[in-house]
Amino acid sequence: MAFLEIENLHKSFGANTALHHFDMQIERGEFVTFLGPSGCGKTTVLRMIAGFETPTRGIIRMDDQDVTHLRTRQRKVGMVFQAYALFPNMTVADNIGFGLKIAHRPQAEISKRVHEMLELIKLPQLGERYPWQLSGGQQQRVALARALAGRPQVLLLDEPLSALDAKIRISLRQDIRALQRELGITSIFVTHDQEEALSISDRIVVMNEGRVEQIGSPSEIYNYPRTRFVASFVGTLNILAGHVVDPATGRMAVDGQELTTTQALPADDAGKRRLLALRPEAIVLEPASPGRNTLNATVEEVNFLGAVVRIRTRVKDAVISLDVFNDPNRGLPERGQPVSLGFSHENLLVLEEGGV
Amino acid sequence: MKSQSRVGAWTAVIVGSLYFLIPLIATFEFSLRMKRGTYSFEAYRVVLADPHFQASFGYSILMAILTIVVGVLLVVPTAYWVQLRLPKLRPVVEFITLLPLVVPAIVIVFGYLRIYNSSSILPFTGNERATDLLLVFGYVTLSLPYMYRAVDAGLRAVDVRSLTEAAECLGANWPTILFKVIFPNIRSGILSGAFLTFAVVIGEFTLASLLDRPAFGPYLQLIGANRAYEPSALAIIAFAITWASMGLIQVFGSARALSGQNI
Amino acid sequence: MSASSDAGSVQPELLVPPALTPTPRVDGPGRASQWLAWIGVMPFFTFALMFLILPTGFLMIGAFQDSQGHFTLANFRELFQPTVMDAYWISFKVSAASALGGALIGSLLAWAAVQGKLPGWIRPTLMTFSGVASNFAGVPLAFAFICTLGRVGLVTVLLKKYLGFNLYATGFSILSFSGLTLTYLYFQVPLMVLIVTPALDGLRREWREACDCLGGTPYQYWRYVALPVLWPSVLGATLLLFANAFGAVATAYALTGSSLNIVTILLFAQIRGDVMHNQNLGYALALGMVLVTGLSNGGYIWLRSHAERGRR
Repeated sequence: MAFLEIENLHKSFGANTALHHFDMQIERGEFVTFLGPSGCGKTTVLRMIAGFETPTRGIIRMDDQDVTHLRTRQRKVGMVFQAYALFPNMTVADNIGFGLKIAHRPQAEISKRVHEMLELIKLPQLGERYPWQLSGGQQQRVALARALAGRPQVLLLDEPLSALDAKIRISLRQDIRALQRELGITSIFVTHDQEEALSISDRIVVMNEGRVEQIGSPSEIYNYPRTRFVASFVGTLNILAGHVVDPATGRMAVDGQELTTTQALPADDAGKRRLLALRPEAIVLEPASPGRNTLNATVEEVNFLGAVVRIRTRVKDAVISLDVFNDPNRGLPERGQPVSLGFSHENLLVLEEGGV
Repeated sequence: MKSQSRVGAWTAVIVGSLYFLIPLIATFEFSLRMKRGTYSFEAYRVVLADPHFQASFGYSILMAILTIVVGVLLVVPTAYWVQLRLPKLRPVVEFITLLPLVVPAIVIVFGYLRIYNSSSILPFTGNERATDLLLVFGYVTLSLPYMYRAVDAGLRAVDVRSLTEAAECLGANWPTILFKVIFPNIRSGILSGAFLTFAVVIGEFTLASLLDRPAFGPYLQLIGANRAYEPSALAIIAFAITWASMGLIQVFGSARALSGQNI
Repeated sequence: MSASSDAGSVQPELLVPPALTPTPRVDGPGRASQWLAWIGVMPFFTFALMFLILPTGFLMIGAFQDSQGHFTLANFRELFQPTVMDAYWISFKVSAASALGGALIGSLLAWAAVQGKLPGWIRPTLMTFSGVASNFAGVPLAFAFICTLGRVGLVTVLLKKYLGFNLYATGFSILSFSGLTLTYLYFQVPLMVLIVTPALDGLRREWREACDCLGGTPYQYWRYVALPVLWPSVLGATLLLFANAFGAVATAYALTGSSLNIVTILLFAQIRGDVMHNQNLGYALALGMVLVTGLSNGGYIWLRSHAERGRR
């Protein structure tokens, strides 16, 4: 039995359906991320797991117990909010110990636990400070400690890094993951930042408009997107319009140029128009060579981004971006210059028809 | 628990509404009773036809308009220069604009009577017109907090510095900037301040009474002392005017102009 | 209707200077425009000096002088005569009663509108009405309450007619201390609503949710989080209400006239006709008033900045 089971969850606000049919099994100790744009329903699911909203339909089970209609304070969940939500009238230590205090634990136990948590988040000397004296990153760590102090069965994080600076975001997400591994606590992380999701999750649930688009490991989601939405939301994707020449051999045509894909195509697809997808990192600037695809394009823009140089090229109506690593000794193509884009057969993806 | 708090909330709102509406209803009902035995607007007719009403109301309206004009001319350039060139003066100016809220009106007018009486250098109370002027200045003082705050919020909302610099690049001199660029953009702030000032001045009693001017406030008090039904009609009229002023503030987007800080 | 001669402020947040706009350090286009700016603000400062600072200052200084202009503390001793002390005491009682009453009722109303899960139109209506009502003070308000609770007021009559309850037989009169307090509440409660509502808005929903997650009951939330966060604002607002009532003149004049001897009425009479036969005593009276209102407002401002500290 999975630790956290979500069955057939639906949520409607009046006439507006925020969530359609959400099903998921989460194992104990797993770190799952709900990823999607604003309004996709990811926070709605999280809030129903926490108990702030009641599902219109469906069941939520934690450790074999049906918690669907249980009040939040009876569920033993820890929650970290985007806005930290530390109690401003209490010190850091009081914040962390709050859950234990209202459970009437003895003072000695509370102090010991608070001390442990402060060590865990590596802020042992800040116990007597007030939240407004701390930086954003520190506040969020305290919020984490507060959520974990009571040993909850599930840790819920609602876009905890969105309010922080870029550098802090990266270091803090590593810290969160490390902490979660050490404690072995089942965690659900909500974000709209795909890099965050990819870097720290065991599994990702990609959502859009109240529906699940795909569930899988970061590598699966990135390399084998099932729908156009997943493909374009997670990473940059070049989309080309083409049509099928020969489904048996996987030959496709784009702008009069012939390409080959190893993806299986239905036999009756011959002549059909399909959307092709190409990851920027799969493309190399190289002359045509046998056994590899080649696309002739014209350079539109060269953007120096530091470690990476993003080159934007055009093939008739389609824009194709590719990234090359920065190498000062090698020259870069100029605008208007014709170039030859090379990529393997495997890297040419054909998207499901109708994927938006 | 949720339904409990809803019952509590409804109770509070209903009781509150009753407390606030009943006096208005009572006053209105009373004002209709002038003609014995039947409801009529007789009291209103009498009041509106009363030359003293017209005179004092007209006087107060005139005072209000003068106050608004003087106030705007005084406050807008000040707020503008402080924001733009003299930010260090800001705390001083703000303190000054808060003083009228701390020092009661009666103390202020007491001060006027002592300093500007007939035996001083500036004998404002020496003759009627001069006293009128003093009254206007007093009203400007009383309405200073509202006017300054409304204008200041309006200025900050339109980023005065950028506007001025853009105008300067295009070759404008400072009167042009002030009147053609700044004023039009803070119109809603000025209007909010103006309507508040209007509400303040129309019914003001203390200053007008102690300076012995024939304003609406003292007139109201006099009527109240001597008549039975007219005061209630006047009270309703007064309430309607206050409501109209506040309403007009809402119309002119005051929420943005007058807020600006949560408490 | 006369806001400042009675109800004080319709926009209570005026009492605290807003946060400074971050004006970038600019050397400016030169000294000419700096001079121009100084000239530009001169009218304001001249005006403030002539019509605000000097008059008040004159009285404050005059309080320390006798009729010949010599320095003396005699006026303050005179303040302790029974008439004056009584006046201060009654003023204090009326102000405190209407402030506490206004604070309590206003807080409850604000809470109902903000967090009571009522239909959406209740809150804006309440705020608009509060804006109007907090300004509806002075003479018309006195009339309104006489029409309501006066001897032949609507409510008095209805109570007698339908409940057989004779209000005036209990010794109550609208033209009294309790009547005045009740009348003052009409603008005190809306003022409180206007001040407290933003403070209640400042109670973040996440605090409640975080408290729930940590196992807290609603009572524990209010006791450990919400009330501690709110009390500076509420206390500060109460002080504001106190100062507001203390300085009010017109309502009292129209309602109780000289029958209820509060400080403002006493001062009014003193200004009109030197009833205490000592000009400088009037100054001392004024000084006393300014001290009271000044301290209250100071307390409000201090508490407010104390409350702001925890937020954002």
